[in-house]
Amino acid sequence: MSFFAITRATLAKDIRLEWRSKDAINAMLFFGLLVVVIFSFAFDPTAEESRRIAGGLIWVAFLFAAVVALNQTWARELRNQVLDAYRVSPAAANPLFLAKALGNFIFVCVLEALMTPLFIAFYKLRALGPAWELAPIALLGTWALVINGTFFAAISLRTRSREIMLPLLLFPISIPALLGMVNATTAVLSGEESAWFWIALLLAYDVVFTTVSLLLFELVLEAE
Amino acid sequence: MRRGFTLLALATALLLSFALYEALIAAPTEQTMGDVQRIFYYHVPSAWTAFVLFLINFVSSIVYLIRRNPKADILALVSAEVGVVFCTVVIVTGPIWARPVWGIWWAPGDIRLTTTLVLWLIYISYLILRRMSTGGRTPVIAAVVAIFGALDVPLVYFSIWFFRTQHPSPVIGGGGSLDPRMAHVLLINWAAFLCLAWLLSWVRCELEVATRRVDEAQALESLRESSR
Repeated sequence: MSFFAITRATLAKDIRLEWRSKDAINAMLFFGLLVVVIFSFAFDPTAEESRRIAGGLIWVAFLFAAVVALNQTWARELRNQVLDAYRVSPAAANPLFLAKALGNFIFVCVLEALMTPLFIAFYKLRALGPAWELAPIALLGTWALVINGTFFAAISLRTRSREIMLPLLLFPISIPALLGMVNATTAVLSGEESAWFWIALLLAYDVVFTTVSLLLFELVLEAE
Repeated sequence: MRRGFTLLALATALLLSFALYEALIAAPTEQTMGDVQRIFYYHVPSAWTAFVLFLINFVSSIVYLIRRNPKADILALVSAEVGVVFCTVVIVTGPIWARPVWGIWWAPGDIRLTTTLVLWLIYISYLILRRMSTGGRTPVIAAVVAIFGALDVPLVYFSIWFFRTQHPSPVIGGGGSLDPRMAHVLLINWAAFLCLAWLLSWVRCELEVATRRVDEAQALESLRESSR
């Protein structure tokens, strides 16, 4: 099978499973909703203040919610030794990784699309800068979280208490990406400065870590 | 081997005490900051030593992935551990100096402060991973994570480069003017700290080798028990 055929097959399988069980998306959505509600109790901002802090709040909420989905990425493949079967099959490692990352990307994007209206309602948000720039920021930022998250979820499979290990690995490495997302979003919302430096930074982050993940994933999968 | 170790330990002790005398008594007092500035002789050499150790960690992780030599893995582990110790010294001495001089303990958004802090966080998560991971795969996944961490550092640096920086510019090669007497004391302290780092890494390496030998022996022993 070719690279894209394996990617497509795995991705279709994951989406079908998720569509039928809705395990990850339900847990993520409810978790995200809880974060929004708790933040709204913790801060009671005016419109001006909320514009300054909203970028941080939104991305921290998405980051926490994404971890819920990322933790379940590989757990499904451990049941019935699916991952071991994949390992002994002649299929390459990278299409599997890419399919998992794309699946998580789709789940987190769905989450963001559903959560953003809530944020707008709770924090009375209105962008003063060019609002269309939020689309590339969201796509690049989500990919940055998901590519490393999928990779580190595979690494934490090899550890004790893997659900704790994933955020411990993911958060420190994601700091530059988070800085980029938060500052770009704040720049657009407040309209005071250009967001393009941060978008370029996110792009660089995505390119670097997508390349490294694809180069090193085979080592992680075969690490026995 | 034994003799080399004793010699290094003696040299480190001598060099450290000489560096202490130089830093606290012999070095001239800084004009505006006064004696507080003397912490600089510990802060800067610790930072350079930590960066050298993290570089060793990065290189030996790559070497391990290529050659699969257990020695490279031990070197990676040890340099990360000792590097975290020196990096902690940097992060603790920085605020002690900043409080009287800047009036604040910590300058969020400063390029060197934040980069060092993120570096510290990354290597602590690396050490936690090594502690938590199970079985014989630890070296491979640890090496992979070390490469991720090292690649993250330039990105952190550029992301904070955009902020205004408060930290004094680098004293060597940064256009800053450092009294030659102070530079001399700084270099002596760096030499002493490098020796100390080398000594600590040496002890830690031997400990790690012994631990692995004991683990292997125990595994063999239990294998023999079970086959009997």
